[in-house]
Amino acid sequence: MRTLSELSAGDRGRVTRVGGDADAARRLMEMGLMRGTTVEVIRRAPLGDPLEVRVRGFMLTLRRTEAEHIEVE
Amino acid sequence: MEEAAAGIISAPAAPSPAEAPRGGGVLHVALIGNPNTGKSTLFNALTGMRQRVGNYSGVTVERVEGRYRDADGPVVLLDLPGTYSLSASSPDEEIALAVLTGHADGIGLPDVVIVVVDAANLERNLFLASQVLELGLPTVIALNQVDAAEAAGIRIDAVELTLELGAPVVPIVATRGQGLDVLRSAVRKAIALPRPARQFELPPEAAAALAPLEARLTAAGFSESASGLESLRLLAVQQPGRHVSHVAGLEAAVAKARARIEEAGLHPTSLEAESRYGWIAGVVDNAVHRSRDGARTITDRIDAVMLHRVAGPLIFLLVMAMVFQSIFTWAEPMIGWVEGLFGALGGAVAAALPPGDLNSLIVDGVIAGVGSVLVFLPQITILFLFLGILEDTGYMARAAFIMDRFMRSVGLHGRSFIPLLSGYACAVPGIMATRTIESRKDRLATIMVLPLMSCSARIPIYALLIGTFIPSVAVAGVFNLQGLTLLGMYLLGTVTALLVASIFKRTLLKGQTRPMIMELPPYRLPRPRSLALSVGHRASMFLRKAGTVILALSIVLWALATYPKTDAAPGMSDEQAQEAALAHSALGRMGHVVEPLVAPLGYDWKIGVGILSSFAAREVFVSTMGTIYGVGGDADEGSTTLREKLRAETHAGGAVVYTPLVAVGLMVFYVFAMMCMSTTAVVVRETGGGWAGARWAAFQFAWMLALAYGSALLVYQGGRLMGWG
Repeated sequence: MRTLSELSAGDRGRVTRVGGDADAARRLMEMGLMRGTTVEVIRRAPLGDPLEVRVRGFMLTLRRTEAEHIEVE
Repeated sequence: MEEAAAGIISAPAAPSPAEAPRGGGVLHVALIGNPNTGKSTLFNALTGMRQRVGNYSGVTVERVEGRYRDADGPVVLLDLPGTYSLSASSPDEEIALAVLTGHADGIGLPDVVIVVVDAANLERNLFLASQVLELGLPTVIALNQVDAAEAAGIRIDAVELTLELGAPVVPIVATRGQGLDVLRSAVRKAIALPRPARQFELPPEAAAALAPLEARLTAAGFSESASGLESLRLLAVQQPGRHVSHVAGLEAAVAKARARIEEAGLHPTSLEAESRYGWIAGVVDNAVHRSRDGARTITDRIDAVMLHRVAGPLIFLLVMAMVFQSIFTWAEPMIGWVEGLFGALGGAVAAALPPGDLNSLIVDGVIAGVGSVLVFLPQITILFLFLGILEDTGYMARAAFIMDRFMRSVGLHGRSFIPLLSGYACAVPGIMATRTIESRKDRLATIMVLPLMSCSARIPIYALLIGTFIPSVAVAGVFNLQGLTLLGMYLLGTVTALLVASIFKRTLLKGQTRPMIMELPPYRLPRPRSLALSVGHRASMFLRKAGTVILALSIVLWALATYPKTDAAPGMSDEQAQEAALAHSALGRMGHVVEPLVAPLGYDWKIGVGILSSFAAREVFVSTMGTIYGVGGDADEGSTTLREKLRAETHAGGAVVYTPLVAVGLMVFYVFAMMCMSTTAVVVRETGGGWAGARWAAFQFAWMLALAYGSALLVYQGGRLMGWG
């Protein structure tokens, strides 16, 4: 099982699980990133972290620590 | 509950969420929506009020109300903070939820709610819309930016969407004022329509598990529709918001519902989001038609450069350097005009009035005092203009994205970066913008260090001292030593803010840093009109301050510097006589009392007076200097600028008072010193109010003053040891 943090720029994946910190997970799900959502990694910030992803047509940034708890296929 | 201590909303002992009858035939309407949906633009378009339009959450920081009138009478529009959901996990979200459930102090339940949704981003926007609809208040959906959506190949069937949502949907283009009349009449008609309700079904096991919790909330005074939303919310939030804290046995009921839902093989945390988005998928399928997909947008192309691994940080630094550089190079001629204007004004008044105390009060007190601060209006306006452009284009969020990794090394995150950056304009809105920060400890750490960001009130001090004592020489061909010194002062404050924040986060406010989850909005061209309005609004706040606080203090200082009077001793030159009169005055005596305290910093008693009086606000230092050096001036000296007088100032022994070392030390003092009553008042309120808030504010004032004094001492004494002064 791969996590969102392992995808490189341009890769797409379908989310299978959103874990980790409960508040972060709830926030991500409110923004529409949840089981079954397709995400595309756009880029990493110049210092390598955070990530920018496209989800449901808009751009979202999240840190690697959060992305590590998001499993994708 | 501590997490969300916004200090604005407190739970009433016995809430009565039932609709309170309103008198006067005035319609009360609340405006809510995600950040970056054009909510503030719509608010402006409807009310014509001068309201900031921002591109990131936290701009709409205060309770902002506007009015308009339709055929049936007046409408009061309440602008709520931009929010992605009603889960009340940040103070901003808590405000929105409290208003919509009738729990906000002094604000009754709105008669109608307008939900602004971005047509190009319908799915995510419908999440908040469905939560609001569920509250059962008359609701109108304003479908904004339909033009941009169509340009992107997204066509939305408003009639179909109205049927799906059970509430009227009005397509609009707020920036061009399209559809506003239809929206206004839909708002008026909404009261008579059937109330909206929850549109989706929960899995039966979940519904059964939640029923006891909902019953408990209804018994505690929630309307049935509000209890439904509240019970879903409680499943997912770790800390219940303050407005439900009075419900007895709540925690136990929530725990029981969670356990039953888990038994049924469902996830309590994701139940609400999955149910809602499941329903939204069906709505979007029926009402949205896409003609093409996945096209590379202009924003994508700009970001490929702006957020590039190498170019991005360079552009960021270049933008910052350019802003500070332009504050000097562009403003210099304008400063000349303003100085000339006040000089001429002083000269004219001095000539028109007979010599005496009244003449002196107006010329040396009012014109010299207020004028010395107003002279810096051009520089402040330029800073506001640049910050406004950065906000309106959407670059602020990119700056947070680039800076997040760096911010995290000091224990904060990108979300703290935006309030800190707006602290460059003024700490007051910056502190209020921290309401988007979810963790109380992150928020407190940000508030504690925010006044270290050099606000526009420091510009008069920096500009006076740099312009007078730092030579204007080119550095490396492109830069100017004056601009670089200014940049240095900003960097000093900023770096110190980050260092201190990191110390706080490791000691007093120890705790895990919260995740940063943030939207990068599409780039937009700033609209000149709204930019002009926002710059004008901020500049007029500065003018108002100059016209009130600074005017009053200038008059008081003039009186203190004039009385008691003394006669010139025989044989004194004019200058010596003025000096003696000032030293004999009440202000002169106060200055001599504090002189031993400031002497180690290299200051004379006049600078001591300036520091004393600037406890009210930093820029008063400059107006104090204006008053002190204006006192006793001859009429023909009205045209001599404060800068020239400062350069000529000497100690009794003939040594120059303002060496570059003294000037730098003084600027460093004002980089660090917490001298601003307005900010202190806001810190008291935003850190919990009452004694708790007062303690935080007092603590902040004390450590900042100690830091200021210690650093100025270090600069002056250290510099002398190195032989620089």
